[in-house]
Amino acid sequence: MSAITARRTSSAAASRGGGVLPWLALPALVAFAVFALIPLIGVLLLSFTSWDTLGEIQLTGLESWRQVLTDPGLPHALWVTFLIMLLSWGFQTPASILIGVFLAGHQRYRELLAVLYFIPLLLSSAAIAITFKALLDPNFGLGAGLGIDFLTQDWLGEPGLAFGVVIFVVSWQFIPFHSLLYQGGVRQIPRSLYEAAELDGAGRVRMFFSITLPQLKYTIITSSTLMLVGSLTFFDLIFVLTEGGPGDATRALALDMYKRGFQANLMGAACVIGVILVLVGLALALLLRRIGGRDPYASQLEGV
Amino acid sequence: MSWLWLAVVLIPIYWIVITSLKTQSNYYLTNPFAPPADPTLDNYRLVIEMDFPLYFLNSLIVAIGTVIPSVLFSFMAAYAIVRSSGANRFLRGINSLFLMGLAIPLQATVIPVYLLIIKMQLYDSLTALILPSIAFAIPLSVLVLSNFIRDVPKELFESMRLDGASEWKTLWGLAFPLTRPAVVTVSIYNALQVWNGFLLPLILTQSPDKRTLPLALAAFQGGPYGVNVPAVLASVVLTILPILILYTVGRRQLLSGLTAGFSK
Repeated sequence: MSAITARRTSSAAASRGGGVLPWLALPALVAFAVFALIPLIGVLLLSFTSWDTLGEIQLTGLESWRQVLTDPGLPHALWVTFLIMLLSWGFQTPASILIGVFLAGHQRYRELLAVLYFIPLLLSSAAIAITFKALLDPNFGLGAGLGIDFLTQDWLGEPGLAFGVVIFVVSWQFIPFHSLLYQGGVRQIPRSLYEAAELDGAGRVRMFFSITLPQLKYTIITSSTLMLVGSLTFFDLIFVLTEGGPGDATRALALDMYKRGFQANLMGAACVIGVILVLVGLALALLLRRIGGRDPYASQLEGV
Repeated sequence: MSWLWLAVVLIPIYWIVITSLKTQSNYYLTNPFAPPADPTLDNYRLVIEMDFPLYFLNSLIVAIGTVIPSVLFSFMAAYAIVRSSGANRFLRGINSLFLMGLAIPLQATVIPVYLLIIKMQLYDSLTALILPSIAFAIPLSVLVLSNFIRDVPKELFESMRLDGASEWKTLWGLAFPLTRPAVVTVSIYNALQVWNGFLLPLILTQSPDKRTLPLALAAFQGGPYGVNVPAVLASVVLTILPILILYTVGRRQLLSGLTAGFSK
């Protein structure tokens, strides 16, 4: 075959391919549009309506917004969400970094420990919440069984304690995941940095603060983004563990949306909360991107 | 500190397993950390009689029904996005749309999803769980897969084209086999998300026979058997068991699947 015909076939294939490519993206686009994009627009539209799940959807303008914005439950839910975000981030980050560094070692016993340690990653929030509910039961749980008074408190019945339990259980579930991220991050730090520091006589603590931490910068940003955006929508765990209680001590935004919508049948008001969730999530993602200097998702994927 | 947290993680897991093997009366009488003197599988028998095999099947159907289409669709979209290398405006737009989908908490849109499912007359069916799950899985899958397809040497695509192969053939004959590890990773990630998902089954189904495992767990604990702690824990162990078996078989695959796209 001559060079000319070869070139002609190739350009023909290219133009044909150019026409085909957009079609390949169509199934994903349609699926995403129908069940993510339309609902995203829908949540905004429905926030201007009233709907009790049985009757007709009625356009009521800003009624639902007024109702939610004047309800003292909203600042409370925002505050609870913010506290959960902040406290669980503040506790999980240092713990995950330390454990990640520890598990990055290639010693046999550490690898064995890691196998067991990552098990919580596999469990559903429902399973974890149910386990801790049983474990912390003041009458039949661990405290009663061991006869230790400290553990026999009414963990889920007292607002402050219940809040602490939520933070603890969230950490229990997610620290392994973030340790896994940090383990990967630490293993990517070039050994030569440590060897040079060793020659300069730096101790282990010094090396941790001057090499390990700065080198983990992008892992910290990714992990923090996932933690903060994730804690915005914590639902399963709190729903099964406390149902927002006692009272409304652990009623975070996502739970507030569910309760307004599916228990109080105020779908319009629930959609207002949904819009707020979307906005806060977007603002958070933009803020973290600015702090990090680049897209946290893209950052980890460079050179993949 | 590390050791302390390791203990904090491992103790409840140990406790679940040994307690699930105790009889209810023994549970109240013995030291909670002592293994049962006469282990029994009665709790497991009770849980299995409580329709857990059905819930297991439901979860399996939803997981498979979500993962296969979402990964195939995402792969096709990722392929198109990478191969057009930014030359096509439509595909560039789709790419930024999916990136935006990553930043938005999609759970916040469950009420319109609920309305949509009712209007489509799919409420209280497994299909109702599968369709939104596919959509929710797409953004991250496309992102991860396109990063892997980008790694396939350009020359390979070029030689396929010179051989006169269509894009469709290049997609399945070249790109798909070469990026199989990434496909497995993304599938595992999505499967686990769906397997453990709670919110969609909670709002989109209502009949007991449509329950998936996490919902069944919560219903079991909230129901009349909830006071039987060893039985509740046996139900927890049973739902974990299949994933735990996969974990022992393909630990590395599973762990890399969990951090899909977040680290490498």
